Amino acid sequence: MSSFDVLIVGIGGQGTILASNVIGEACLVEGIAVRGVETHGMAQRGGSVESHVRIGGVHGPLIPPGRADLMIALDLLEGVRYLHYLKTGGSIVANDQTVVPTPVYTQKLPMPAREELLGSLGEKGLFLIDAAALAAEAGNPIVQNVVMLGAASRYLPLKESSLKEAVARSVPAKTLDLNLKAFDLGRNAVRSE
Amino acid sequence: MAKRYLLGNEAIAHACIEAGVDFASGYPGTPSSEVIDTLRAQREREFYIEWSVNEKVAYENALAASWCGLRSIVTMKHVGLNVAADPLLTSAYTGVEGGFVVLSADDPYAHSSQNEQDTRRYAHFAKIPCMNPSSVQEAHDMMLDAFALSEEVGLPVIFRPTTRICHSKGDIDLGEVSGEHRAGAFVKDPRQYVVIPAHTRVLHKILNEKQPMVRKAVMNLGYNTAEVRGDMAVVASGIAASYVQEVIPDDVSFMKIGCFPIDGDWMQAFVQQHRVVLVVEEGAPIVEERLRQLACGVEVFGQMNGAVPKEGEFSPATVAASMVKAGILPASPFESPAPAAGLPPRPPILCAGCAHRAMFYAIKRVFPDGIFPSDIGCYTLGLQLGTVDTTICMGASVTVGSGIAHSGEMHPVVATIGDSTFLHTGIQGLLNAVYNGAEMTLVILDNRITAMTGHQPNPCTGETARGEPSVPISLEGICRACGASFVETVDPYDLTGTLQTLKAAKARSGTKVIIAKQACVITARRSGVRRGRYTVDPEACTACGACLRFGCPAIGRDADEKASITDLCSGCGVCTEICPSGAIVKEGRK
Repeated sequence: MSSFDVLIVGIGGQGTILASNVIGEACLVEGIAVRGVETHGMAQRGGSVESHVRIGGVHGPLIPPGRADLMIALDLLEGVRYLHYLKTGGSIVANDQTVVPTPVYTQKLPMPAREELLGSLGEKGLFLIDAAALAAEAGNPIVQNVVMLGAASRYLPLKESSLKEAVARSVPAKTLDLNLKAFDLGRNAVRSE
Repeated sequence: MAKRYLLGNEAIAHACIEAGVDFASGYPGTPSSEVIDTLRAQREREFYIEWSVNEKVAYENALAASWCGLRSIVTMKHVGLNVAADPLLTSAYTGVEGGFVVLSADDPYAHSSQNEQDTRRYAHFAKIPCMNPSSVQEAHDMMLDAFALSEEVGLPVIFRPTTRICHSKGDIDLGEVSGEHRAGAFVKDPRQYVVIPAHTRVLHKILNEKQPMVRKAVMNLGYNTAEVRGDMAVVASGIAASYVQEVIPDDVSFMKIGCFPIDGDWMQAFVQQHRVVLVVEEGAPIVEERLRQLACGVEVFGQMNGAVPKEGEFSPATVAASMVKAGILPASPFESPAPAAGLPPRPPILCAGCAHRAMFYAIKRVFPDGIFPSDIGCYTLGLQLGTVDTTICMGASVTVGSGIAHSGEMHPVVATIGDSTFLHTGIQGLLNAVYNGAEMTLVILDNRITAMTGHQPNPCTGETARGEPSVPISLEGICRACGASFVETVDPYDLTGTLQTLKAAKARSGTKVIIAKQACVITARRSGVRRGRYTVDPEACTACGACLRFGCPAIGRDADEKASITDLCSGCGVCTEICPSGAIVKEGRK
């Protein structure tokens, strides 16, 4: 049986690790094997980061290029950077914003416009989320990652209840309501297919 | 016990607790750091734990605890084992009492490292066993066995996970925590613990005579396995074995090497049943070298004939490509789609408000033609600011600086080193530079913590790994004790004062030290420091770009090309002194 491979990409500090932890914990809830790998250390400081999660994975944690079933992009530019990991017919749930990388200013590099980035991501299988607005609605801009996870939950082969149980296991108790609200707002933003 | 979704390093730490570890020491280094961090975060801790000042210190502490009968572990990254190599090689002669595990985490692809050296070489060099896990679960299980193996053979056991083990996650079966602990007792035995020539010659012979017993003990653990399924075979070690299992055809034999030394007879019997053997391992061709010594008339593919990459890390696609080269697969099952071209890079960067950036900016202003040796830490990212000209290894900023200064090079030398790195191996370099009259300035970037690896405390922090308060050491006192007469402390957020001190250092001869003291912006935020953000007055901004060249990630441009400050701003205020138009002001105070 092959695994359902999820690639979560973004910028160090945006919470890709928490998002991947929730998916991993949800696999435990359902008794499904899981493998994951994430970026630590030097690569973390505001740099481009990627988390691989293989739902049902039993071997290595790395998703080969061209094999991801789903990409969750917390930043549009990072979504395009890792697009080659997505399989033909795979889905993308992307946060409709991008942070301009500092080298664009310090080295005067060209920055692709939003329309260009959206063009690269393609229309098929792309779902855009205004995570900042939904996180603000939930009560704190910091929960954008959980909003994105809620949106992505429509595409994951995991039950909503398992993911919510996993959120409860992964966040501090006092922020649980905030995070569950963020999850619901994200999930409801994506129409049921 | 239950299944848990754990990071490799967390699973390894848990196995240490299951094994009843009594003593743990280490020096932080990616990808090894979370082992000690997980152990020290345990609420009920029945073992001693410390972050040591360097790997040699950590190694010797843990070795001595083992001599006293304790189960001990020392952790470090691969290059840290170079620092600890001196005690490592001779402790194989002296042997150990309590189980002694040397965790040295390798970093293929050098994700966060200065090289891709293979720790398994050290095990061969020292004639001691080495465990090389292929998955997180195996890492957990092997760590439990590592302590027992060390006690069985009376030798240090090297444990070599790689980045993709340490920082990967899986659903892991954990065992019960051991309540069994030992109290240390040192039994004097000069013939074992005093390695004078007369003793060490005997100890070396004993070590050599142990080797057949060591090979047998390693084999009995069951981590080296083989299954004959056809006339072609793949032999793999470490995480590469997991990638092989993902792509290997059913009619191809598979041998997995989890522990070293390898039993030659066992390997030879397997190899000789095949026509073609492919050896897949990240790092050095250690299994392959052994296999080539044993194979007779078998076609061997591996790193040594170009079938397998000699550098970097592997993936299922890499392994499949090697299988194609060896004729084991007709074609790779993986496509290789090209990444998008022409995107602006997003490298790791010093945080908004990082005092290192302010200090680098000031150094560049006062020493525009300077030569800038630097060191290992967050501040290596000063490369992007043009203020890092060399890095080799921990502590080498000072010594490369003094070497350049003595070479006849006429440009001024300004070396930078972090507080933790200075305490690690920088002090001796400073002592040497001052005593020999090196014309240079050393800037100690003192943020009171070992930041890059995840904010571990060091002797500047005033807190031990156990969370107990301790007296923070005085960097000024150490530098003066090294003989330096110009030792000045500055706050890099005070750009004017910092520039003055740098100019004063420039005007003096000899080895000058400036301590740039300001807490790491991340630890400051965690401890509740809120400075208030800055903003740009668009009427005063002339869009000159001076603030953008500072390279702070909180500073960008708005639609009409003028500067703008995002909510990443942590309120250091340094940019207000850089802006020539006075356009950057405190938020709400225009």
